[in-house]
Amino acid sequence: MKRLLALLMVMATPALAEPISAPVSGYTFMEPSTQQIQDDDFLNPAFFLVEKGQALWDQPWPGADQSCRSCHGDAETSMRGVAARYPDWDSRDAVMISLESRLNREITERLGGHPLALESEDLLALTAFVSLQSRGLPMAIRIDEQVQEWVDRGQEIFVTRRGQLNLSCQNCHDDHWGQMLRGDMISQGQINAFPIFRLTWDEVGSRHRMFTWCMEAIRSEPFPLGSDEYLALETYLAVRGQGLMIEAPGVRR
Amino acid sequence: MPRVVPFLQLVLCILLAGSAGAESLLSETPLTDQPGDATRGLAIIRDPSRASCLICHSIASLPDKDQGGLGPPLDGVAEIYDAGQLRQRIIDARRGNPITIMPPYFTTDGLFRVGERWEGQTIYTAQDVEDVVAFLLTLKD
Repeated sequence: MKRLLALLMVMATPALAEPISAPVSGYTFMEPSTQQIQDDDFLNPAFFLVEKGQALWDQPWPGADQSCRSCHGDAETSMRGVAARYPDWDSRDAVMISLESRLNREITERLGGHPLALESEDLLALTAFVSLQSRGLPMAIRIDEQVQEWVDRGQEIFVTRRGQLNLSCQNCHDDHWGQMLRGDMISQGQINAFPIFRLTWDEVGSRHRMFTWCMEAIRSEPFPLGSDEYLALETYLAVRGQGLMIEAPGVRR
Repeated sequence: MPRVVPFLQLVLCILLAGSAGAESLLSETPLTDQPGDATRGLAIIRDPSRASCLICHSIASLPDKDQGGLGPPLDGVAEIYDAGQLRQRIIDARRGNPITIMPPYFTTDGLFRVGERWEGQTIYTAQDVEDVVAFLLTLKD
């Protein structure tokens, strides 16, 4: 009877859409051995890409006389805090824009280059290099009416159950974070460490690639990288994790 | 208040009896002619690629490392539920609890944006359900 009552109590626990009172970085849910790799920039494999990003920043863009550095100088100064503010609403073009899209806009408009493909090594390298300049700063998404619309749209995606396993992001990352899913402790699904070197992938990936990985894990049809759906989800998650320190480039299991 | 409590208990008992009865009616018949194979059921429930029980639940009598901690432990589950009730929970746990996070293993009803690879398929086959039920029925105290 005691067991029956325990079962009933589990069944009766409502899955409320409670906001996370204090965001906790995914770092907290990693094994110490994984944390150690992130703690040491010489061990963190993502720093190979950071070096490449630094080179892309410094050298004249292919086909152009100018480099990122020509206008922006030392990224350590000029890019400090930039990644912490993305995604952001771009009033010039009246679009929501991710850091990757913003970098590509600079490349095409100012340097006359071709946009870098999403998830290409060059774009990941530049994103990792620019994001590193915000390391230790809190995520600080500017919220206005336009941004809020994207937040709301992202939240809708977050709470909607989907896939053959019929799970929402919320089911695990709001309602059951800190609990064990086989050998892994469920994280809050925070995005403050991206781009990340993921041990499972053995390479660096973006926020959107992680979204696709999750969608496939619950056997749901993923959205395309760079889609409005992922941008909305990214915006929602960035605001949900507001205040968390940027850890880019992080290391995750 | 003292009078309300027994009344609530009574209501709870009726509700429980009612839902248990309805469940058994829905699924007391095995899904296949071939009786469930508990050994095969055990292989299924410990295989992570099958989206299976041990991802979320634990069973203390099994040596498997890294068992799940999301759902209630399944130790002694056969003392609580009969074959029909277990079968119903595996087929579609939402019928007993609409907000359960347990995936429905043998229905495609009410699913949204199922991946192309999985479209129209259930997580388990009918025989998988029977084999898992047969295994769960071995979990007595």
